[in-house]
Amino acid sequence: MPDTTTAHSPRTLSEALDLLAERRAALRVIAGGTDVMVLLNARMLEDREFLDIWRIDELRGITDEGDALRIGALTTYTQLISSPLVRCWIPSLVAASRTIGAIQIQNRGTLGGNIVNASPAGDSLPALAAYDAELEIGSARGTRQVAFNQFYTGYRRTVLEPDELVLAVRIPKLAEGERDFFRKVGTRRAQAISKTVMAARARVREGLIESISIGVGSVAPTVIRTRATERLLVGARLTTEVVEQARECIANEIRPITDLRSTEHYRRTVSSNVLARFLRQLQADSSM
Amino acid sequence: MRIQFGVNGSRRDVDVSPMRRLLDVLREDLRLTGTKEGCGEGECGACSVILDGEVVNSCLIPVCQTQGSSILTVEGLARDGRLDPLQQAFLECGGAQCGICTPGMLIAARALLDSNARPSRDEIKEAIAGNLCRCTGYIKIIDAIEQAASAALQQGTDQPG
Repeated sequence: MPDTTTAHSPRTLSEALDLLAERRAALRVIAGGTDVMVLLNARMLEDREFLDIWRIDELRGITDEGDALRIGALTTYTQLISSPLVRCWIPSLVAASRTIGAIQIQNRGTLGGNIVNASPAGDSLPALAAYDAELEIGSARGTRQVAFNQFYTGYRRTVLEPDELVLAVRIPKLAEGERDFFRKVGTRRAQAISKTVMAARARVREGLIESISIGVGSVAPTVIRTRATERLLVGARLTTEVVEQARECIANEIRPITDLRSTEHYRRTVSSNVLARFLRQLQADSSM
Repeated sequence: MRIQFGVNGSRRDVDVSPMRRLLDVLREDLRLTGTKEGCGEGECGACSVILDGEVVNSCLIPVCQTQGSSILTVEGLARDGRLDPLQQAFLECGGAQCGICTPGMLIAARALLDSNARPSRDEIKEAIAGNLCRCTGYIKIIDAIEQAASAALQQGTDQPG
């Protein structure tokens, strides 16, 4: 059978957006290929026409915008790991990137790709949730900003229109006195998909939790913020009793399923253990 | 579409369908069958090649993304009939058993030594974490990479000037 697949490889964003406006849902976007090529190899894609955005350099780069970092959608995990800016201001995003695949994947996988692939197990996503990231979304019609925590509408569903691309992510920096946390639990350290993955940040002042935000993946149809657990913790003193209450709260708040990677029970138990670990770290740091 | 790229130092020109895997173009069109296919989904690293200085899984690269690139496969490691120090060390340390993972291991190790001439054992483990081996238990492979690194450093200091 002759291969009739076609691909467009524009060098500029405006060319790419014009193609998307023209061809819309007929085009499958591919960046580093670490998700799309897996589906293509498994013959799970019907698409015959691809928009290859890998060479659009406008979508790369990390810039300091004062109170936030702006990270281009095509920035790879390797670039995030080696960025002094990201290491300093969003450490859990670096920690997350180091757990994604291994170096072959980190060299090709992109932050924008992890976002639009919309897997609940995307390892960079809990950090974006906990940091209240904002997405810059573009089309030939213009640009709009969407809060990351409002981007997903359901399992693998997003608010992205067929003619739109995610262009960049704006992530507020870790604030003065705030602590950052990341933990992924998988079968092994490299190449494993998460059973549960958590990123969080918090500030403790005079023994009281002043602010806390917790993003969790692989425990619901989308990455989530555990708002009830956050509300329980804000203003609380970090006692052993509060840690126990938080464990119970988060175990009830998440909505994990049993699948080939893990069981619902394991995910509830381990997610609450991971949160307890972060809270104990906060406790230890603040009593010093 | 026509793709022009450099493979192991020579310019190649192929006429291919844009979404074909780099792996297949290397093996079928260029007859460079040293690069192996293991899982075909980016988990095992058997198809590793160095693309513009970075180690990648060639099963996950559509060939249209390699226009004008420079690619190193396992066939390009030996120069003028002399093995790469990594190949020599794999031979001496027993770093290869069945051999299916070996090209990918050598390429991942080459990418490591190109960016870090004195890796620690932990850095070696990290660099080959994306390459699965079901025979060796990895110890001999790590020994081989360590030996190749120190051999290369030794050679560097032995050279006059």
